[in-house]
Order: sequence, then structure tokens, then C-alpha cells
Amino acid sequence: MELLRIATAGSVDDGKSTLIGRLLFDSKAIEDDVLSAAESVSRRQSNEYLNLALLTDGLRAEREQGITIDVAYRYFGTAQRKFILADTPGHVQYTRNMVTGASTADVALIIVDARNGVVEQSLRHAVIAALLGIRHVVVCINKMDLVDFSEEVFATIKRQFETFLDDLKVDCAHFVPVSALIGDNVVEPSERMPWYTDGPLLRHLEQLEIGRTPADDALRLPVQYVIRPLKGEYHDYRGYAGSIRSGVVRVGQQIGILPQGKTSRITAIETPDGEADEAAWPTAVTVRIKDDIDISRGDLICAADGVPRVSKSFDATVCWMSESKDLTQGSMLRIKHTTRTGRAMITALHSRIDVATLSAETGCNALKLNEIGRVSIKTSLPIVYDDYTVNRVTGSFILIDEATNETVAAGMIGKPAFGNFDSED
Amino acid sequence: MSIQPVPTSSRTTRTELAELNALESESIHIIREVIAEFDRPALLFSGGKDSIVMLHLAIKAVRPAILPFPIVHIDTGHNFPEAIEYRDRTVEKLGIQLVVGSVQEALDTGRIAQSTDPGGSRNRLQTPVLLDVIRKNKFGAVFGGARRDEERARAKERVYSFRDEFGQWDPKNQRPEVWNLYNGFINSGQHIRVFPLSNWTELDIWRYIAAQKLEIPSIYFAHEREVFERDGMYMAVSPFLQPEPHETAQTMSVRFRTVGDMTSTAAVPSKAATIEEVVAEIGATRTSERGQSRADDRASEAAMEDRKREGYF
Ligand SMILES: Nc1nc2c(ncn2[C@@H]2O[C@H](COP(=O)(O)OP(=O)(O)O)[C@@H](O)[C@H]2O)c(=O)[nH]1
Repeated sequence: MELLRIATAGSVDDGKSTLIGRLLFDSKAIEDDVLSAAESVSRRQSNEYLNLALLTDGLRAEREQGITIDVAYRYFGTAQRKFILADTPGHVQYTRNMVTGASTADVALIIVDARNGVVEQSLRHAVIAALLGIRHVVVCINKMDLVDFSEEVFATIKRQFETFLDDLKVDCAHFVPVSALIGDNVVEPSERMPWYTDGPLLRHLEQLEIGRTPADDALRLPVQYVIRPLKGEYHDYRGYAGSIRSGVVRVGQQIGILPQGKTSRITAIETPDGEADEAAWPTAVTVRIKDDIDISRGDLICAADGVPRVSKSFDATVCWMSESKDLTQGSMLRIKHTTRTGRAMITALHSRIDVATLSAETGCNALKLNEIGRVSIKTSLPIVYDDYTVNRVTGSFILIDEATNETVAAGMIGKPAFGNFDSED
Repeated sequence: MSIQPVPTSSRTTRTELAELNALESESIHIIREVIAEFDRPALLFSGGKDSIVMLHLAIKAVRPAILPFPIVHIDTGHNFPEAIEYRDRTVEKLGIQLVVGSVQEALDTGRIAQSTDPGGSRNRLQTPVLLDVIRKNKFGAVFGGARRDEERARAKERVYSFRDEFGQWDPKNQRPEVWNLYNGFINSGQHIRVFPLSNWTELDIWRYIAAQKLEIPSIYFAHEREVFERDGMYMAVSPFLQPEPHETAQTMSVRFRTVGDMTSTAAVPSKAATIEEVVAEIGATRTSERGQSRADDRASEAAMEDRKREGYF
């Protein structure tokens, strides 16, 4: 099976760190010396059980406060598959860190405390996952030991969450009742929950089919830079270096070059393994083309049929990430979209998305830290894009503060797959 | 159902190769972004396996052009001779520019003070020397070969890691890094450290070295060496580190898992003489790379985080 990228989220104390610790520990991804270091700290803190959270919280402040502040990446594997797990903080104050971890994920793992059921934070995590285009959601209903391993508690929470995920148009949802502390249904099946027969969490992750990958979509190859050795045998060499963000490129293929609106043919492809007739997502390539066209960083090579749109204005959903400034109509920012950087102005702030109801609150005049809203943007350069729901790479952008250079927003072009945002047109 | 640790042979070679190709392309993408957006990049090169892989990827990223930036070595003066020899041969073979920052020279001129660390480790002394080199050469971006699986503070660090005038990392104030959209804008006086190998594991590095048939320094393979045991680790006897009277030196078959300062890098008992044997051993090991062989990280629970805050890689 192919590599699976997982992003986890949970509210503080739902047991996220314990669950991940359990996953790593029981799948033997924790090395002996790392384990014994955690054991000795655990003893010093006089914990009854080994504090599995110590295995994951990486920063001093996190260990002191017992919370996850920033994303941490974990790498583990089983005989079946390799996993990259982005462990993200659940607290609303760190939403931007969650967006960081979830932006590249295939699966969102949401953790719910069985005693509390679905709380607003769980909904927010699901909304962010859906917005970011993560099609697989796995909900772990944790601390089942504290609700007598009750099938009814599990079923009630599952029903509630399912309704919400339906509204979010998430169609691949899976629910697992677990006890991270004791280990039930994480790696080993639970003897105390014989009523649950879908197998433990890890087995589900091992067998999960990602489904459609960017390789199945139309070719998108943003040019990173032009390679011109200007020496010896390569005197006339002009190669366009970039990564195939979706689709396949072939020698002889007819291509479009945007925003120029020109067409040409691929004459040569250089991959990391050398010359090739064909290369696919996610390969970093250098291509040469038949015609002499002025192409530079920020331009896009694409399939000649099924071309993206080119425009200096578009609508988008943004997650605002700045602590010091709000987003308002008229905000001037830098934009980075694929390999193209320009300036951007917020020409309208249509609404703020209420994550609990998925409705658009109109009439707001600012987006604050961690809020999600619908905006119209005008740019200094033409942007070559697809809707985010069609292509996660050509549909995404970041906004950068011109004074501080901080990344202040993550943006997704077009409308979210869920909700009703028609009123803004 | 019980889960076994990843056996190196059970997953199909095809899947493994596809995984390595994906990692390789991701790294090349990062390297190209930096070359396109920064005026003066440089690549940290120690002669260790991670920096060897990184250099190999950088060369692939710009081919058929030649590497448009220098490599930098922070020379502690306590290096393995094999690593220095490898470094010099590489520079010569590839015709690339080498910038050396010398800890010994900084000590001799009084720029920095002697280490007070146990065993006289010069690990921390690398930081001021590195910062001097960055300032003097006005490097805007410096590639490092660190991986997130190495250590838990590293697990938290972004691919683009922003450093202020003092080279300090502020872990609580990192820029969000969404999708693969790296924000390369920096304020004057700042620079970034870039970690193109962030998502590689130790095993990936070894498999890649095997798949690409990369040459690596001989100390990575089993060889007879005089070592002595200290704090449960086997340290090499060298002009920089001698056993105390109560410690006894013995000759045994060892290899190194990382290549750092001779005073802080421990050897691993091993008979693995080929790259395939090393890959098999790494796949089966139950100790972490740093736990097994880096004395510097055992100092405290947050040793790495603290060093990074001071400007370390
Ligand atoms: N009884 C019980 N306690 C749990 C379980 N999982 C976690 N906990 C406890 O819940 C508390 C919070 O867990 P932690 O993993 O730190 O939560 P996080 O803030 O989501 O990372 C700790 O005291 C854990 O021991 C579980 O399955 N059952």
C-alpha cells in the first residue's frame, strides 16, 4: 500500500497524545532508549501508568503544560504500510498549526472523549478537514473504559457525528471505539467490546484505500526555475524545472503554457533517475519544449485539453492566521500561489463561516485570528488556477504580510464542497 | 493480531522505490524553491550520510547545470579523518566551492572560549562559528540535512526554519507552513535554515544510499577499531579522546551510525560490511540513532531544543 499521511486533532485532554503514543508504542515504532527515557520521567512525575504523552510532546513548554502547541511529525511503519502522522494541536488558539499539519493529509483522525460526546472543537476539526479537502475521516471515540465500554454511548456519538459529516459532504467516515490508555482497539482488538467487529484503528489505517490521487488529474507543472547551463555541449540547453503537481507528462505531448496562452510540445523529460519518456505526479522533473517561448518562474505548463483558469480576481475561502492584524476589506498583502508571487488586495469580505452551523454570517467587517471567511481577491499578476475542490495545488495559496513577512492566511480558491454560499454572488 | 517492526525485506521493493522516489522529488522541489527565491544559499556538508544524500539531491535539482552555491563545513578539529578525506575528494571530483568554518581557529584567536562540556565536546562551539560564516558570506539560506525522525525537537521544526540575527530558533513562533507553499520572505538580518530531508527516516537514507549506489566514508561499514566503553556507549580512542584509568580500551568490530565530532559520536558493534548488511541491521535495530551514538543528546531532556534555540542546526 502507498504511504498514508495522517493528521490528528483532538481537544485538550481527549487523549490524543496518549492515543498516538499507544499507536507508536504498540506498533513498536518507539525505540528502547526513547522509551526508557520516557519511563524515567514518568516515574519522576509519579504516574501510575507510563505517560504515553511524553513520547510525543516535543517541546519543553509542551511537556511542562501537558498540551500540544505545534505540529509534530511522526514516522512509523508496519509490514503493510508506511505512515507520516502530523500530530496537531486541538485548541482553537492553535488552529493555524492544525491547518499546517492537515493541509497535506490524506486522512483526518479526530479524537472525541466518550464522556463528552461531540463538542464544538470536534466539529471545528471536521470542518477544517473538509475544507482542506481531506476525504477520509476516522473518528476515534476514546476513553471507552470510562463509559463501561457501552455500545450505546458509541452509537449515539457516532450518529451525531455522522449527520454532521454528511452536511460536510465527507463520504468516507469510519468510527472506532477505543481506550488509548489501556490499548483497546488501537493496535489490538478489544476483548471488552465484542460488539464492535470492524477491527482496531491501526488495521483500518493499514487497509485504507486513498482512492483517486493527483496522478489521475490533468497535468499541472508549475515552473520553479529555468535551467540554462550556458556551457559546452549545453550551450543552447533551456530546461524548465518543476514538480508535476498532478497528472502525467509525456514526450511528444501537446501542452499549454499559461498565462501566456501559448501551446507547444514536450521534447525531453529529465527525472531524478535520468531521461525518461514519461513522468507522473509527484516527480520533480526538468522538461524541454519544441518552441522558443519566453517562460519563467511562476508560469504553468499544463495539459492542452482541460486548461486551468487565468484571472486577476477570484473568490476564495481563507483561514486567517495573524495574531497582530485582522483581515478586512481593502487589506493589501503578498500572495504566493504555486510558484508565482505577487500582490493581492481583499476587495470584499463576504462572510465568516460559523463552524458549528456551517452557515455564512454576513455583515462581518473583519476576520480575526483562526477565523474562516469568504473573500474576493484581486491580484497584481494573473493567477493560473483551478478550484481547490478540483486540484489542491493549483487551488491553494498563502497570503503574506508585507511588513512582517509572516504567513497570515491559507486560502482555497472557489467554494467549499459543503454549505450554501450562493448569497455572495 | 500483533505488529512487527518494519522488516526491510517484506514490503515489495517496488513500493519502497516509489516511497523513495516521492521523498527524493519532495526534497528536490524544496531545494529548487530555495535556489529560485534566495540570493545566496549554501549547503552544510559534514561528510556524514545525510549531507551526502542532500548534496546528491542538490546536484540532481540543477542538472545539467553545476551547483550554483558553495558547500560549508564547520570543522570542529575533532573530525574523523575519513570524513575529511571524503569531503576533500568530493569537492575535487565535483568541482564545487568549499567554505570551511574552523572551530580551532576561532579558539586560537580567542573568538570563542574553550568548551566546558563533558569530554571536551566541541559540539556547542560549532554554533558561533557557523553564525560567523553565515554573516561573513551573507548566506540567506543554509541547507541542513536534519530529519524530523531524529529527535523530538526536530520533529517540530518547519522545512523553512527562520532564524534571527543570533541564529535563534523560536519554536513557539513558527510560521504556518501550509501545503507545499514555502514563504521565503525574510527581514534583513534574518536567514533561514532549510531542511529538505525533513520527511526522511534513517532507514530511508540508508535505502536511498543503497539504491543510488552512493559512496560513503568507510567508517559507516564494520571495521576493527580501538574503543572503550563510557556511559554504555563505545567511544573511539583518538588523539582527542582517551580512556580514563578505570576504562579499558579494546579492539572490536564496529561501525558508525552517524558521523559527528569524534569525542561525541559513539560506535556500534557490528559486522555489517556492505550497504545491504547495514540496511538490514538498521531495519532491525531497537535503539534510536541519537540514543545509540550521540553523547551530546543525552545531556538533558531538552538538549537539542536548547541548542537549537542558540542557533544550532
Ligand atoms: N481512562 C482513560 N483515560 C485516558 C484515556 N486516554 C487518555 N486518558 C487520560 O486523559 C488525560 C489526557 O490525555 P492526553 O493524551 O494528555 O490528552 P491530549 O491533551 O488530548 O493530548 C490523561 O490523564 C490520560 O491519561 C483512556 O482511554 N481512558
